[in-house]
Amino acid sequence: MNEAQEDRRVARREVVVFRVCEDEYCIAIGSVREIRRWSEATRLPRTPHFVKGVINLRGLVLPVIDFAARIGLGDTVTTSRHSTIVVEVRGHLLGLLVETVTDILSIPETDFQPTPALAGDETNEMVSGVILLNDRLLRIVDVDRFAPHVETEPA
Amino acid sequence: MSELDELRGGFFEECEDLLTVLAEGLQQLSDGDDDRETVNAVFRAVHSIKGGAGAFGLDVLVNFAHKFETSLNELRDARIPKSEHVIGVFLRASDILADLVAAMRDETATDDAAIEASLEEIVALIPVKPGAEKVDESYAPMSLDFGADEPAGFEPAALETLDFTPEPVAAIEAPVGPAVWLLTFRPATGLYARGNEPLLLLRALAALGPCEIELDTESLPALGDLGPEDAGLAWRIRLETEAKEEEIFEIFEFVADDCALEAVPAESGPGAAAAEDIPDFAAPAFDAPAFEPAPEPAAAAEPAPAEPAPAKASAPKGEDGGKAGEGKGGDGAKASIRVDTDRIERLVNLAGELVITHAMLTQRIAEAGLARHAAIAEGLDEFRMLTRDVQESVMAIRAQPVRPLFQRMTRIVREAAHATGKSVKLVTDGEGTEVDKTIVERLADPLTHMIRNAVDHGIESAEKRADAGKPSEGTIRLSAAQRSGRIVIEIADDGAGINRPRVLSIAKEKKLIPADAELSDSEIDNLLFMPGFSTAKEVSALSGRGVGMDVVKRAIQALGGRTIISSKPGEGSVFSISLPLTLAVLDGVVVRVADQTLVAPLAAIVETCRPTKADLKRMGPRDHVLLVRGEPLPIVDIGAELGFRPPVESPLDSVLMVAETEGGARCALLVDDIFDQRQVVIKGLEEGFGRTRGVAAATILGDGRIALILDVDALVREASGPHGAGHVMALTG
Repeated sequence: MNEAQEDRRVARREVVVFRVCEDEYCIAIGSVREIRRWSEATRLPRTPHFVKGVINLRGLVLPVIDFAARIGLGDTVTTSRHSTIVVEVRGHLLGLLVETVTDILSIPETDFQPTPALAGDETNEMVSGVILLNDRLLRIVDVDRFAPHVETEPA
Repeated sequence: MSELDELRGGFFEECEDLLTVLAEGLQQLSDGDDDRETVNAVFRAVHSIKGGAGAFGLDVLVNFAHKFETSLNELRDARIPKSEHVIGVFLRASDILADLVAAMRDETATDDAAIEASLEEIVALIPVKPGAEKVDESYAPMSLDFGADEPAGFEPAALETLDFTPEPVAAIEAPVGPAVWLLTFRPATGLYARGNEPLLLLRALAALGPCEIELDTESLPALGDLGPEDAGLAWRIRLETEAKEEEIFEIFEFVADDCALEAVPAESGPGAAAAEDIPDFAAPAFDAPAFEPAPEPAAAAEPAPAEPAPAKASAPKGEDGGKAGEGKGGDGAKASIRVDTDRIERLVNLAGELVITHAMLTQRIAEAGLARHAAIAEGLDEFRMLTRDVQESVMAIRAQPVRPLFQRMTRIVREAAHATGKSVKLVTDGEGTEVDKTIVERLADPLTHMIRNAVDHGIESAEKRADAGKPSEGTIRLSAAQRSGRIVIEIADDGAGINRPRVLSIAKEKKLIPADAELSDSEIDNLLFMPGFSTAKEVSALSGRGVGMDVVKRAIQALGGRTIISSKPGEGSVFSISLPLTLAVLDGVVVRVADQTLVAPLAAIVETCRPTKADLKRMGPRDHVLLVRGEPLPIVDIGAELGFRPPVESPLDSVLMVAETEGGARCALLVDDIFDQRQVVIKGLEEGFGRTRGVAAATILGDGRIALILDVDALVREASGPHGAGHVMALTG
């Protein structure tokens, strides 16, 4: 009873949890448009290595980014078990290639914590905070940082 | 409020059409058209703009349109001649009117000096008439104030207080004696729904002469059957007036479709000949004075002094009863509707999907081994034809004639000629040619620039023309035509042609090309398109700021078009723009490069070949050139160029496609195989990851996968850069 009352007072946020290289990440559910099975992408020439290419999303040409490669964990060797999370970034749709989507969780806002200071590497650049859930560590991905015009460096 | 905004938007849209009609009509008149209907169309266009502007309280516009209309009326009644001067004044006035409409729409400042000047010109045209020294300057429009300060309840008694006798109308010709009219006015529900107020109409009627108005409640349903929003009231009116029949109907002009109006002359009088029981105002069957929109709609809303107004010729002949609702377009305007472009866009996309789905289905059926099944093959074939029909019909919706665009150019020529003091006329041809709406819109700027250039640089001064034995008036011919799936627009002038020695020396002076460069005539002509090139000795007000033709060229290229110059000294220059019919589909060659399927635009491909040893010559350690009928062409390995695979050892096992760029540079594109030639639907690429050079767009193939469409120009340009093929390549490519 007490807990329930408390719950009502604390705002909760829903996140989509996915796994990449045995680590867990999550994205605010508001930015996620859909989740689909991986389908082979058409390579885009002269793009950074983490740009997997473009896929056909019901007639829309959707650029897909290899999430693992983007945060510096090495290029993904794709199988049909991989997933694409379609996110909306500043009005544009973008696909993120991930290993697998594991959960959709509702998390009290108070559980959101800032990223521990480990400045500098590519992972932290994409991660805006963490959630500690029992013994799991969910890294919160800031999809805005995937906005295309941020990636200016050509391959 | 938004509803009013919507109405306002509709008004301005309509204005665009009306201005087109106006400009077109005046152009015809200036070309010597003597048709009475042309004058009428021009007149009606201005009149309608005035009417709408009045409703929205745009007083400046109303005032201008009113005076414009007044003098047009003089022209219509042949009191002023169709001289060059007169038409010139009207042409300028129509420009000002267009500016005014634009200013009102965008709520920007108006150029009062220009308006004043044009007004003076217009008013000066009107001959001074005995008894009417001054054209009425005080036209008071009736604005749509939706009866805010009207009495809440309708009181018939209130009308009686309005009962007054107007001062005698200063009828200039065919004076009409007072006649008595019996009218029945029965508003339909729609009249109220559109915010009209019968009281205002009845008052306007009362202003025409003494009148008795009686409420007719016969058709009022019993209380039980009464629909709260239905119109049940009607009025019987006995009107004694000197006004002509059309003046009475004019009051109801804007509600004609929403009411039943009958008018019967009670006593014989002039102008009341054959009118019997007329069921519907919208189609009056009078053979006596035919209805015609007059310059003064409902101006009598206030008990103002009756119009000393420009009276019309009493019985215009040859004009059928102009219906209030339409008749604005003059000659048989086709029925049309306005549709939000987003909806059309959606339809275009869906039609594209249909094409793709068809391709997919065909492929799946073939994979399932059913392609030879006669019934399936037949059905599939029918589906293919239907799909193509749908695709083409949808494209036709987006297609628009270039007429409005050309119309605008008339004005550009006029202004440019005025500014340079030259005498130039524009001849247009093929205005009915239809192109995709987007292309029409995006052509306006480049075309404007080219037309200005033609006047400024192309046409010589009158003296020079006289020396060359040419007529003093220069001619610019603007034409559009459809040629083999593309639209070709030509701007031809009969001027001096391109002064090649001067162009060359300027280019060298500005270090755009090396001082020792030897260029062919066409290469020299193409120098005009180089950034930073300007031949004008001084920067003129019109063109020649040095940011001209290269911008034009890029704008045309962005539309998938190319620009070609041809010029003969002393005879003039022709700039041709060739454009695709639509931006949505493209004829492409489907090729394989490494494991990728790519599409090359068919328009860029001249020929294809499998090279033999004799065709290939080594250039340096890796590169080869292809000999095509004695011409060595650099080979561009697309796979290597785009990073799909390392360069091929020898082009012998590959297929070469000879490609030509917009500028005429040629090279051979190396691909691994050619699959097919087909129409593909163009899908935009998000320019997310920096610009993907060498790739123009994408398309979706039959198997649902995406194929990239090559940007041949960019590939050739890039590849030819380091090859040292010289400045010529760089220039023309």
